[in-house]
Amino acid sequence: MGKTIAEKIFEMHLVDEPFGDVSVLRLDRVFCHEITTPTAIQDLMERGKDRVFDPDKIKVVIDHVSPAKDSKTALQGKILREWARRNGIQDFFDIGRNGVCHALFPEKGFVRPGFTIIMGDSHTCTHGAFGAFAAGVGTTDLEVGILKGVCAFKSPQTYKIEIIGTLGKGVFAKDIILKVIQELTVNGATNRVIEFRGNIVDGMSMDQRMTLCNMAVEAGATCGICLPDMTTVDYLWEFIQDQYHTKKEALDAFAEFRSDDDAAYEITRTIDVSDLEPLTTYGYKPDNVKPVSEMKGTRIDQVYIGSCTNGRLEDLRIAAKVLEGHIISDHVRGIVSPATPKIYAEAMEEGLLKIFMDAGFCVTNPTCGACLGMSNGVLAAGEVAASTTNRNFNGRMGKGGMVHLMSPATAAASAIKGEISNSGLYTGN
Amino acid sequence: MKEFKGNVLFLDRSDINTDEIIPARYLTEIEKIALKPHLLEDLKLDGFDPKKDIAAKSIVVTRENFGCGSSREHAPWALEVNGIHVVIAVSFARIFRQNMFNCGMPAIELPENEINDMFDLFSNDLTHISVDVEKEEIIVRSESHIKKTGFRMSSFDKALIQTGGWVGYADQHY
Ligand code: SF4
Repeated sequence: MGKTIAEKIFEMHLVDEPFGDVSVLRLDRVFCHEITTPTAIQDLMERGKDRVFDPDKIKVVIDHVSPAKDSKTALQGKILREWARRNGIQDFFDIGRNGVCHALFPEKGFVRPGFTIIMGDSHTCTHGAFGAFAAGVGTTDLEVGILKGVCAFKSPQTYKIEIIGTLGKGVFAKDIILKVIQELTVNGATNRVIEFRGNIVDGMSMDQRMTLCNMAVEAGATCGICLPDMTTVDYLWEFIQDQYHTKKEALDAFAEFRSDDDAAYEITRTIDVSDLEPLTTYGYKPDNVKPVSEMKGTRIDQVYIGSCTNGRLEDLRIAAKVLEGHIISDHVRGIVSPATPKIYAEAMEEGLLKIFMDAGFCVTNPTCGACLGMSNGVLAAGEVAASTTNRNFNGRMGKGGMVHLMSPATAAASAIKGEISNSGLYTGN
Repeated sequence: MKEFKGNVLFLDRSDINTDEIIPARYLTEIEKIALKPHLLEDLKLDGFDPKKDIAAKSIVVTRENFGCGSSREHAPWALEVNGIHVVIAVSFARIFRQNMFNCGMPAIELPENEINDMFDLFSNDLTHISVDVEKEEIIVRSESHIKKTGFRMSSFDKALIQTGGWVGYADQHY
């Protein structure tokens, strides 16, 4: 019997199987940010264990609230900063070099096929786009990861989701993942790995695969995962060219982490996206999904383009394409946050930021900011946002606020209209 | 090992997420105790008043997929500092469930019909539950009813409860 990619990664990283049903895995990466790590650091200090298992495998960023908005967030940054220094962690990204963790770390080349990765952040599943097993964990798991370099998981039962067909114009990875979540429901993949397969996934860029894997947790999944291929090699080439003579050689090495043809899946589901329309959410759960056409006319107060889901260069390009030559509605506040300094700089060089600004958008520095309602665009009670983020929970972007999730194209079109609206990329106008 | 008994807070809804259990605006707190007044502050549940309903409760009984969403361990901490050390539900989100056991607190799954029964028989009265982790047994009691229910807990989860959580366990073993 063949094995899935997740089973292969588990086997190669197995440290212990206490009581048989749990696998304790060796970790290749422990990622940290300033919201969930300081409590772990403090606990380690109180236990007299202020040390790290391997400073090279720990990568640290301040991203959720940046720049600090008050004394408390400043203190979180300070604790993290001093800890990283004290423990010789070289890859620490402070303000000016910081960006949204799940955009920044892949961009720095920290993620590789076959890696095991944890972070005190539920959207760590994003990194599965590279063929890694990457899972969000709580602070205690993070603390043990930092100290011991291990984490415990149940066996990686896998759902194979094949995305096939031909994707229409104006329909994007975000629409696909909303469709998947609608079908699986918010807990349909709890404790499972979702392996994304099919010709559509094969044809996706790494940016798009990251959008796809990012929201796997919204269906309850531990990790979303794509098989490594030449697209993965191309993306990583600048970081791995010393290790391999040719891209082909790298591809052959990564083939070790492709699922076998006869691997066993708990469920296999095929979704043909040929007729897929752009989608958006209503209500307070990410599986409350409807076609944009059915939600059109819903008045909005704020549009947010950014986050670990859709704050990458491709996302900004698409939104700018929709916005070019238009001005956003009088009653809409448009906010765009390029997810990393590199994306920011590239968007500037390509003239995208100018398009956003000419349309009336506020361009903020890279940060999570408004996505979790902590800074940079918090909603007032009763306000409605069209957002490219990943969670529409009650109060997520501000107490009493409502969030509709959608693709950057739909968000940009909605900003122009002042209400939820399909983009011209889809309607052909 | 913590105490696993006390009065029950019934939360009659599925998919209660960690943003509702403890909103992100309080994640700037470094001390767990600062979370205490904010538990379930954003919960969308008709008739629920966090100010009144949480007081003197030690066990939550709820429905499906409790604790979905963000990985924040602030959610179990917010329960813990309010003296709530057990959650009983049809199912849990993975990270929340693990966070509970990692803190040495049981997240117990019961079949849907058992949870339905609990809501039907007990949720209108002051109800007391005691959990025996060793025997894998729950006793639910109100003025008019009493019910004994078994549950399953893996050896690993039990070991986490007994050592007070994952840091202690990992420190002993790895
Ligand atoms: S952008 Fe939003 S979802 Fe992504 S890591 Fe930041 S807060 Fe979390």
